[in-house]
Amino acid sequence: MAKLSIPISAEDHLQGDLDAEVNLVEYGDYQCPSCGAAYPIVKRLQKHYGKRLLFVFRNFPLSQMHLQAEPAAEAAEFAAAHGKFWEMHDLLYENQENLGEELFKTLADELKLPSDKLLNAVAEQTYQARIRADFAGGIRSGVNGTPTFYINGQRNNGPFDYDFLRQQIDDALARSR
Amino acid sequence: MPNILSPGTAAPDFKLHVTPDQTLSPSELSGQPVILAFYPADWSPVCGDQMALYNEVLSEFQKHNAQIIGLSVDGVWCHSAFAKARNLHFPLAADFEPKGEVARAYGAYRDGDGVAERALFVIDKDGIIAWSYCSPIAVNPGADGILEALENLAK
Repeated sequence: MAKLSIPISAEDHLQGDLDAEVNLVEYGDYQCPSCGAAYPIVKRLQKHYGKRLLFVFRNFPLSQMHLQAEPAAEAAEFAAAHGKFWEMHDLLYENQENLGEELFKTLADELKLPSDKLLNAVAEQTYQARIRADFAGGIRSGVNGTPTFYINGQRNNGPFDYDFLRQQIDDALARSR
Repeated sequence: MPNILSPGTAAPDFKLHVTPDQTLSPSELSGQPVILAFYPADWSPVCGDQMALYNEVLSEFQKHNAQIIGLSVDGVWCHSAFAKARNLHFPLAADFEPKGEVARAYGAYRDGDGVAERALFVIDKDGIIAWSYCSPIAVNPGADGILEALENLAK
């Protein structure tokens, strides 16, 4: 079955250690309601596994369907360039209903980022190459919608509720021993 | 798994409606690779949708000069509403009358369910099936297999 074709590296957006026991990669879209539903589930998994789990987020904006997905990804990448990727990632999902310039400006102010520069990056698509590279890598890895999760490099073909993902992660941990 | 047509087989031609007043045949596209993506039904859940995914990957398909056609047993009005709602930029063919005839010709019809399998075919510019794949009905197969097949065509 489909496997992660782009290895996890320091270039990725990481929460946890590169050499953690188990890793969870999400290909996500900030406007996708299913990704919004998965957001608190991932938080719960991170809380449960602590340092044993590395979480990686990669961009997979379905731009034809979600007009704010790519602008939101630009905002997150701008924040990343200022060392605040995860803060922005979280706020975008927590405010998913209101994605748009006004929200990006508010969130930039909240994170003490220069909002005019952030809006400029969104308008100019400054980080498009990075976002498209994430997307292309996702396609190569068999991403088939959003969110798509990989556990230790294997695509999760089941649902993404907490119990199912936790079972998959437990199984991966058992296999790696 | 069903026995879908294998690589090396001549792709059965067909003529299906893609809009209420337009039909499409793969033979009209000779000279360019054609991707046939059979799927069970329009209106599957939003973000995990196979057709929406292909819609995002069209530029990659176009790099290989390939044309993708989605096929299901849904009627043309259903297809047009679905395509409009999802902002799809490629044709959806209605394998509607006789129902599933084209899917059957490709070995990709589910008799009990009355819908097409999630079956993919890459047809080369001479009309020969170069690659085919049937995914479990609940699993969206993604686009990686199609892209690999298109790359192999160029070799």
